[in-house]
Amino acid sequence: MIQIKELHKSYRMGSNSLHVLKGINLDIKEGEFVSIMGSSGSGKSTLLNIIGMLDEADKGSYVLDNVPIKNLSEKKAAIYRNKFLGFIFQSFNLINYKDAAENVALPLYYQGISRKIRKEKALYYLEKVGLADWAHHLPSELSGGQKQRVAIARALASEPKVLLADEPTGALDTKTSYEVMDFLQGINDEGKTILVVTHEEDIAHMTKRIVMLKDGVIEQDKFVEQVRASEHV
Amino acid sequence: MKFIFTRDTWQEIFGTIRKNKLRTAITIIGVFWGILLFVGLQGAAKGMENGFDVTFKDLATNSIFLWGQQTGIPYGGYNRNRNIQLEISDTYRIANQIEGVQFVAPRNARGLFGGAAPLVVNDMKSENYKVFGDYPIIDNVSKKKLRKGRFLNQKDIKDSRKICVIGERVERELFEKDENPVGQYIKINNVYFQVVGVYKRNNTDFFEGDDSIFIPFTTFKKVFNTGNRIGWMVIAGYPEEDIVAIEEKTKELLKRRYTVHPNDERAFGAANFGEMFGKITGFVKGLKFTALIVGIATILAGVIAIGNILLITVKERTKEIGIRRALGAKPNEIRGQIILESVFLTLVAGLLGMTVGGLSLKLLNNFTKGLDFPFINPTVSLEYIGLAIAIMVILGTLIGLIPAQRAVSIRPIEALREE
Repeated sequence: MIQIKELHKSYRMGSNSLHVLKGINLDIKEGEFVSIMGSSGSGKSTLLNIIGMLDEADKGSYVLDNVPIKNLSEKKAAIYRNKFLGFIFQSFNLINYKDAAENVALPLYYQGISRKIRKEKALYYLEKVGLADWAHHLPSELSGGQKQRVAIARALASEPKVLLADEPTGALDTKTSYEVMDFLQGINDEGKTILVVTHEEDIAHMTKRIVMLKDGVIEQDKFVEQVRASEHV
Repeated sequence: MKFIFTRDTWQEIFGTIRKNKLRTAITIIGVFWGILLFVGLQGAAKGMENGFDVTFKDLATNSIFLWGQQTGIPYGGYNRNRNIQLEISDTYRIANQIEGVQFVAPRNARGLFGGAAPLVVNDMKSENYKVFGDYPIIDNVSKKKLRKGRFLNQKDIKDSRKICVIGERVERELFEKDENPVGQYIKINNVYFQVVGVYKRNNTDFFEGDDSIFIPFTTFKKVFNTGNRIGWMVIAGYPEEDIVAIEEKTKELLKRRYTVHPNDERAFGAANFGEMFGKITGFVKGLKFTALIVGIATILAGVIAIGNILLITVKERTKEIGIRRALGAKPNEIRGQIILESVFLTLVAGLLGMTVGGLSLKLLNNFTKGLDFPFINPTVSLEYIGLAIAIMVILGTLIGLIPAQRAVSIRPIEALREE
């Protein structure tokens, strides 16, 4: 699903250049549940942004679902993001003046899907995350866990190939974190490829594979015994 | 272009606007005000134009009043301060020899410009009134509004009939309330005249008011023994003729006829209504033009304000735009949305301004209706409304381009990083 070879990325900070990714090689197959770990500054968010086509690598190749991601125009990147990827952010990033259902339907709007189907799908995915009753509440009326579940529903709504989660539990307490992980595990069980960036050990162990990043290189890449979140809830 | 007409696009725009009511309100005030001014000024200018039109409707505006005075320069053996007395024959000369003259009407009057007003008697009632000796054509100079009966006609002139047309005040003062003066006889200067008409004061009379009496010019001549002398004359030019030139030529002709020094400015007095009217027309034109410029400039300022505020809000909405882009919004969709927001706000503000402007004009019209003020039916022509709308759409689009470009230049990753 994702093939990354010799990926380099550096940022220019004034006159200095900060080399963040120093040759990353990563191969993720369909249906995998991978967590990327590392201390802050290890380059894990940068890697996720490049995979998410929010940022572009300087060197190396990145193939997503057999499509090489290289020199994309803004428009093309937007289309690919919409088609291939679902995003889950640490700070949820819901649009605060749209209700839950409208937020979930937003990626579908950019796919050009008709209103009726958008609405149906939005409700379907809200139901899936257990928030059907909250469909017409604004984000400000939802708890952190609920917000993240709306965000998951939104990420799922466009039926992406890969879910990208950047510290999805970073802003949540342990109990809610596990609930969110439980959802992600359920989605993964249905065959969705999920990539999580986290710095929490327990969260990482709820995935099936841990990639440790340190100073811009992969230090360790191991498959782990998945801890089911439901056991801890 | 298709996306302009889809319901979803508008839903997104309405959503954004509805959720930011205060911002929206503040944004549109500028354009609202601009259009209000534009409509208000245009309407007011038009109202004044209409007002003047109505005021001068009954008036031969391209006309001169001309009379003889005293010479200022000794000439041809005559001393200065010689009285110039115009005669009836002068009117024929002017009518025949000066190009562009439509008609010339000689006039005589008693009780005007000094001199005692003749005594007019009906039974036991008597009063002094101004008496005019006129040709029927005087009606073309300043249209008389007849309330009863008729005005002078050519037959009255020919037969020197002893008939008269009296003003409303004369009727009020000499006759009983329920009495019809038409057909009755009154005594003017000890001569009986039959009343044939009663006129109402109009707003462009020069001397008549409503307390005057018109009698045929020829009759006047006999009653007041004026011979060939005339008090003054009205020279009317054809509407397209240059009335100032006519005045010049007329004076030249009269100077030759009365042996007056060519440079003598005092010998003949004249009041040029064409010239005055031209000034008023010019004033109204200038007013309209000023209103147009001020209006457009204000709209421009308003639209720029919208662009400005949108630019600020784009900065505020950086994160939202970032989210949208992460979720797959194409740059053109973001750009289009912002531009449409700009145009939509501009148009809403404009239409609001037009409505309020229209209502204010209506109020103003009602308010000035009873007043003696030349302001009637203030309207703004459709062309100007169209022009205003076109300006708003075009400027709204252009100004929207700036914040739109700013919005697309935000990279989604930067937008999302912002907390």
